[in-house]
Amino acid sequence: MMDIVGYGAFFLTTALIFSLITLGLNLQWGLTGLFNVGLAGFVAIGAYTSALLTTPDTVGRLGGFDMPIVIGWLGAMLVTGLAAALTGVATLRLKSDYLAITTFGVAVVVQLVALNAQKLTGGPFGIGFIPRPFAGLAETPVLFNFSNLAVVAGVTLVTYLALEHLSRSPWGRVLKALREDERAAISLGKSARFYRVQAFAVGGAIMGLAGAVQAHFIGFIAPDNYVPTLTFQVWTMLIVGGSGSNKGAILGSVLVWAIWAGSGALTSAAFPTDQQARAASLQIVAIGVMLCVILLVRPNGILGTSPRRPRWFGRKQPPAVSDQNGAAS
Amino acid sequence: MSEPVLLVRDLVAGYEPGVPIVRGASITVNRGEIVVVLGPNGAGKSSFIKAVAGLVPVTSGSVLLDGKDITAAPAHKMVRLGLAFVPQTENIFPQMSVDDNLKVACGILKPGDVPARIEAMYTTFPDLARHRKIAAGNLSGGQRQMLAVARALVVDPKVLVLDEPSAGLSPKFVSMVFQMLADIRNSGVTILLVEQNARAALAIGDRAYVLVEGKDRHEGIASELWNDPVVAELYLGQRPAQPSRSTDTGGAA
Amino acid sequence: MNLQFIVDGLLTGSMVGLGAIGVTLTYSILRFSNFAHGDFMAWGTYATLTAVSAIGAMFGKIAPIGPLSFGWPLIVAVVIGMAFTGLMALLLDKILFARLRAKGQTIIVVMASFGASMALRSLLEFIFTSRPAYFSRSIQIAMPVGYGIRITPDQIVLLLMTALLVLCVHLLMTRTQIGRSMQAVSQNPALARVVGIDVAKVVRVTWLIGGALACVAGVMIGILVQIRPLMGFDMMLPMFAAAILGGIGSVPGAVLGGLIIGLAEAGAVQLIGAEWRAAVSFVILMAVLLVRPIGLFGVRER
Repeated sequence: MMDIVGYGAFFLTTALIFSLITLGLNLQWGLTGLFNVGLAGFVAIGAYTSALLTTPDTVGRLGGFDMPIVIGWLGAMLVTGLAAALTGVATLRLKSDYLAITTFGVAVVVQLVALNAQKLTGGPFGIGFIPRPFAGLAETPVLFNFSNLAVVAGVTLVTYLALEHLSRSPWGRVLKALREDERAAISLGKSARFYRVQAFAVGGAIMGLAGAVQAHFIGFIAPDNYVPTLTFQVWTMLIVGGSGSNKGAILGSVLVWAIWAGSGALTSAAFPTDQQARAASLQIVAIGVMLCVILLVRPNGILGTSPRRPRWFGRKQPPAVSDQNGAAS
Repeated sequence: MSEPVLLVRDLVAGYEPGVPIVRGASITVNRGEIVVVLGPNGAGKSSFIKAVAGLVPVTSGSVLLDGKDITAAPAHKMVRLGLAFVPQTENIFPQMSVDDNLKVACGILKPGDVPARIEAMYTTFPDLARHRKIAAGNLSGGQRQMLAVARALVVDPKVLVLDEPSAGLSPKFVSMVFQMLADIRNSGVTILLVEQNARAALAIGDRAYVLVEGKDRHEGIASELWNDPVVAELYLGQRPAQPSRSTDTGGAA
Repeated sequence: MNLQFIVDGLLTGSMVGLGAIGVTLTYSILRFSNFAHGDFMAWGTYATLTAVSAIGAMFGKIAPIGPLSFGWPLIVAVVIGMAFTGLMALLLDKILFARLRAKGQTIIVVMASFGASMALRSLLEFIFTSRPAYFSRSIQIAMPVGYGIRITPDQIVLLLMTALLVLCVHLLMTRTQIGRSMQAVSQNPALARVVGIDVAKVVRVTWLIGGALACVAGVMIGILVQIRPLMGFDMMLPMFAAAILGGIGSVPGAVLGGLIIGLAEAGAVQLIGAEWRAAVSFVILMAVLLVRPIGLFGVRER
């Protein structure tokens, strides 16, 4: 019984960490309409920053500042926010596809650095001995799990409330207007870009925080944690939960994580031990198909708000290639 | 009298289904004539012509080309059916050469006929022949309009349909374009056009309609319409002054 | 400095360039960045591998052509693979992308391509496992051609084939009716319809060409390096960088961009080590976006 409860707390903690990332993505995409295809990279930046700031000195590797956990987390937010701001500044004056491609590149490069810059990141072995908030309780698993859950839930709640406040604020209203009316964006000119960079940076900072929180929750990090599968998981969570809604972000995260863990258990049960890697692939195929189906059938997810079709100079939509007869163009 | 080339009956059309801009317009275009559709701003002239050309959704009514029903046919089939449309803006491919602009429009012709038709266009528009290999975007405004018309003519259409051919052109090019259209009509091509510049259009037109609030309100011989007080009232909302040479805009509302 | 990197660079550049043609065509005609393009490459290669194994099963072991590592079975298999990949791209468009395009937001289509890419990649992993596979295990002798450069017969043939293929595509785009139609649709889809072009047909041709070229690029990688499910995904960043560097919509640009990236990667490997290859594409991409976003041959979008 205690095992299940303990596992439940563990499950929920992981789900909530995901939901932190998803909240950050919701700010970038749901509120501002920015397409981040490399969020795994930003999560990684946050995780490594916090790890480097808080771990004790290690031979052959930079960092080891041995700072308190809170400093680590704040540092993670700062550095990741900065990285996101730079990415935004470089690409937000261009088409939205270019932001997607650039964030994709950021994730690839971050993974590359994490894997190869041994002096900085510990290479393929990653960084271990990351201090955990309630390390003293490690002996009693249930208490440990619950105190971790409390911390993560607390952080998530604070972030959720902050984001809700932000989205209702004048700043948030400007972002919503920019997302829906491209014309207004163009007339605002430079300021529009500034707003979007801010939104992207804050979203990035939240993702960095999530990475840091996870790092301190698990105790060690390695480049393998921050692969495209993570980006994909979070996107699925946001789409399922409903982009544009912070509640949806959290709901989607818990739901999709449950589906993921559940399907993982199913596939590993259905396949012999030497076929486990293949089983994992099948799981991803299933989730990939699920994402495509949801985009086709119910793109607003469960709680999402549907943005009005972006208006282009009074016409219904930008001149686009449509396979129907050309009547709408 | 032979059957009209184009017969539009009670056309109702608009971008959004419940909001018609064209509200039951009917016109007739006979073989070998230029028919002009005029109207104040907001009358729905552009939407009307686009609905005829299959670019604006049609709710009801019919468009018959040589007796064949082409109502709301897909835009890319219109050329094959015999209706060649010249849009008001962005009517050429600026990054393709003049030659390629013409060639790309010849998809519906038999490959063997293409060179002859293209040469025919260069004969009709010698200025274009001089710029064969130039990127269309580097032509002057008047030359671009010429190319747009040539591109529509190259397929030898049953009817040539134009949306405000003088729009955005300087007065010099306006007269050039309208003279060109008159010459094309004289060579036997049927033309339907919508125009803001009433004076220039009525000067070359055979018959004209006045479109007000999406419906045709007045019809007549072009040369008589300019002095028709009913038209002036519909169009301008006032008694017209004697048309002076300095007003080139034809009295926009 | 060892000039061997020129050969490596040209080869990598050819693979990237062939793939980038598909990316640039898809972007300019369909207006979206297809994140599944790399996986077309991988699927095409595995399809070719399957075809070549099937031919081997039917006809027994066939000797390769001359000093090359492959014979006519692979050539036939590549053609089969090209057709397969082209059709697969068409199918994916029909069941997924076209429907989402009709709904409006193109960024959703990009999102779907990302999801499709993960599913396709993982399906390959499931079917074939992640163990690397090879078309041939024979080791080729590299022949010296002067200036300290060595090249294998395979490499020569593949370079020539790439040049030929690129020439064919260029002629198709500039001298044929379908090529002109594709150019027209990429410049102004609404006007293309008015002019009588069947845009749906142009879209189909775009997918067929893009898919077929992706297959060829993948088979090249398979012959020269190895075959594994992630092979296409690893090419995504270089391909996008090449397409953007060359100027979106320009086929010669995509090829030139690919060659530049290939040479840059090969050159950089000499200086900073092979593990940093992927970073080169990213640096070039950022440089282009910051300095001249429309690329070498791109034109300002209307």
